[in-house]
Amino acid sequence: MDRLPGVVLLGAMLAVGPLKAQTFRYASTGDLLTLDPHSADEALSNSFKNNIHEGLVRFDEKLEPEPALAVSWKNVDPVTWRFLLRKGVTFHDGTPFTADDVVFSFQRQRSKNSVMASHVATIKSVKKIDDYTIEYVTVGPDPILLRNLTEHFIVSKKWCEQHATTEPVAGLKEETYATRHENGTGPFQVVERLPDTRTVLVPYPKWWDLPNKKYAITRAEFRPIANAATRLAALISGELDLAYPVAPQDVARVEGQKGFRVIKKPELRVVYLGFDQWRDESLDMPGSKKNPFKDVRVRRALYQAIDVEAIHAKVMRGMAAPTGLTIPEGTEGYDAKLRQRYPYDPAASRKLLAEAGYPDGFPVTLDCPNDRYINDEAICQSLVPMFARVGIKATLNAQTKSKHFDKILRKSNNNTSLFLLGFSPETADAMATFVPTMTMKGEGAGAWNAGRYTNPKVEELVEQIRVEMNQEKRRALMSEVLRIHKEDVGHAPLHEQLIIWGVRDGVEVTPDARDRVQLRFVKMRK
Amino acid sequence: MIAGLLTRLLQGLGVMLVVGLLAFAVSTKLGDPVNNMLGQNATIEEREAMRRELGLDQPFVVQYGKYLSRVVRGQLGVSYRLGVPVGELLAERLPASVELSGMAMLLTLVLGVPLGIYTAIRRGSLLSKVILGASLAGLSVPTFLTGLLLIFLFAVQLQWLPSSGRGEVVSIGPWTTGLLTASGLRSLLLPSITLALFSLALLLRLVRGELLDVLHSDHVRFARARGLPDRSIHFRHGLRNALLPVVTVAALQLGNLLAFSVVTETVFQWPGMGLLFLQAVQFVDVPVISSYLLLAAVAFVLINLVVDVSYLVLDPRVRSTVGRS
Repeated sequence: MDRLPGVVLLGAMLAVGPLKAQTFRYASTGDLLTLDPHSADEALSNSFKNNIHEGLVRFDEKLEPEPALAVSWKNVDPVTWRFLLRKGVTFHDGTPFTADDVVFSFQRQRSKNSVMASHVATIKSVKKIDDYTIEYVTVGPDPILLRNLTEHFIVSKKWCEQHATTEPVAGLKEETYATRHENGTGPFQVVERLPDTRTVLVPYPKWWDLPNKKYAITRAEFRPIANAATRLAALISGELDLAYPVAPQDVARVEGQKGFRVIKKPELRVVYLGFDQWRDESLDMPGSKKNPFKDVRVRRALYQAIDVEAIHAKVMRGMAAPTGLTIPEGTEGYDAKLRQRYPYDPAASRKLLAEAGYPDGFPVTLDCPNDRYINDEAICQSLVPMFARVGIKATLNAQTKSKHFDKILRKSNNNTSLFLLGFSPETADAMATFVPTMTMKGEGAGAWNAGRYTNPKVEELVEQIRVEMNQEKRRALMSEVLRIHKEDVGHAPLHEQLIIWGVRDGVEVTPDARDRVQLRFVKMRK
Repeated sequence: MIAGLLTRLLQGLGVMLVVGLLAFAVSTKLGDPVNNMLGQNATIEEREAMRRELGLDQPFVVQYGKYLSRVVRGQLGVSYRLGVPVGELLAERLPASVELSGMAMLLTLVLGVPLGIYTAIRRGSLLSKVILGASLAGLSVPTFLTGLLLIFLFAVQLQWLPSSGRGEVVSIGPWTTGLLTASGLRSLLLPSITLALFSLALLLRLVRGELLDVLHSDHVRFARARGLPDRSIHFRHGLRNALLPVVTVAALQLGNLLAFSVVTETVFQWPGMGLLFLQAVQFVDVPVISSYLLLAAVAFVLINLVVDVSYLVLDPRVRSTVGRS
């Protein structure tokens, strides 16, 4: 509903008064953009979807797929997946869930205006066998179908047709009924939605998984609070039970406050540097006919000039996990044996530069966002003198994320020589990083590969991984990709940033490694 | 007088055209909205398709022409960020901004004018010096800092007032008001004080300055010589003549409070148009940015018009010059 008359609201507030202890109030930097699960693919909107909508499969607390709206599945052949659907599930308006809704939701999520189509891109067709059985046929064998299905959200066919919202809108053109209303099958339903002000949810009393529920709250209120200081103030003044993210420099403030604590956990995201490896002439050296970063020795030299421990201690205040991989721990395909970084060694760095023909270094612009990752600008500021120590004269160009991404991505023809990026494989599978950041060929390649790193061997391996159904073989192939990429110094990884949440005592909540608050795992002591 | 008004209106239209062009030009230089609209998983082809869909691949002149023809027909477009018509979005946020700036204006007038008079009349007193000193702080301390200090003191330390938001609101037709609930009023206090501080200090000093000027003029000296009581001199002869510039500045301050409460609204997460604007800038939500700036221009043009008309009514000298030209 859009807006309740105040009197009703006041009444509702009084009615829930006695249960106030179980109202979970939380805040983050921004608001979700829409309630339509197929109309926005943006961090905060995505983090909300699983509270309201569900897929056939969902992630458990460790990001492993488990049955949700499907009870079981099997491969009829390598490309045909048969799913048995759960019986007795209803949407929030009471309509029963059947195979027709799955077929409809697939078409809706794949339609032209959907921004969530990539999660069903490998599915060629869907077939209803009977009311509670469906079959997906994939383009080729698809080892990550189940992970992708966690982001394939089921909506009610009847409801969408009733409200003329059979197609999503991609944040443009028009508003549909589904922008501010929902009808999912999920554990919580929305009772109030005031964009940019407040979103209130209550448990869905007929949720199919109610007998095994892991949450202990009777109501959840989400508020966007953009200003970090205000958000922190709202937490420690007792107006919130959870505020996220908390800046590393504010952690001591929360920990010093009686009745509050900080939860830290590595995020599924690696912050790294990338190099222009495709231009024949560097943007910063016009007329030279040279691009130093085409030489692996120069990339390695820059890598070894980075004192990552200093960044870790000073800039991140110990709240990051330095790594030598662009794949974060906890991702399918992660290989701990390759995590070791090339050592910080300015002398070796200078030697490599001399060998490559740059004994006096060279000039370069370091492109950096200033409002996207934790302390992003500060990280870049600390890198400039480290590069100067080995002779590389870096000029920092830090700007807001919209301008940063505009500059470094394909739209401006990857207009960068050296850039900072933080990337998260959202499906918790390494392919979600490999394809967009480490390849230039094949389906979906290169969207985030701002330096256009490519290696024929890697391209070939990625094509093999796409269709490899044997998990052991697949992992071996992924390790091989990581090994080659590391040898190539395709990127210079810095660290996995941490998820930092400030919570009130009495609240039990486990951060999702994708920095999502899953209400179905939130417990409050009475 | 009618001719004078018409001239003003035409000038206003010119201002709007220029502001429209500037607003549009600026908002296309903020970065790429497509990257914010599509998720991380979108392919290069999908990004380009979206750019075509939005017309962002066309030359600037064509984009501006299309935008202008839409605005003239009253269509402000749909927000890239929220997928909601911009007109609707602004209408939703308007009440919060109006109530905040209205309250701030009220504080400014109710406190600024009397304090200005007091410091002009009791020039040497200790209290006057304290007030003037404090007003200097009001002019020089940045709004976000005052806001955070107030939050720290009243929300975190004393826990008397909420740190942010608008509290509970009541709907009256299309308008939502926080003035009818206790939590709404409590929420309004800190942001409106924060927002009022600058204009309060400004107005106070202006009233004082103008009044001091007038009190030194010949007609006041003459009134004194006539043996009129202080009260009559200060208020009938002094204040009335000092108020003209005060009306102008107060009216323009109202425009400022309404249009540029961006910082205060952001610090207090006040769901008004300023917060909407800031979020739009971060997202490169071009339709919202340009419509908001256009709306701000409309507000200023209208306020100026009202000020001009009030001059015509208040000051006979202005009336005669406008009539002649």
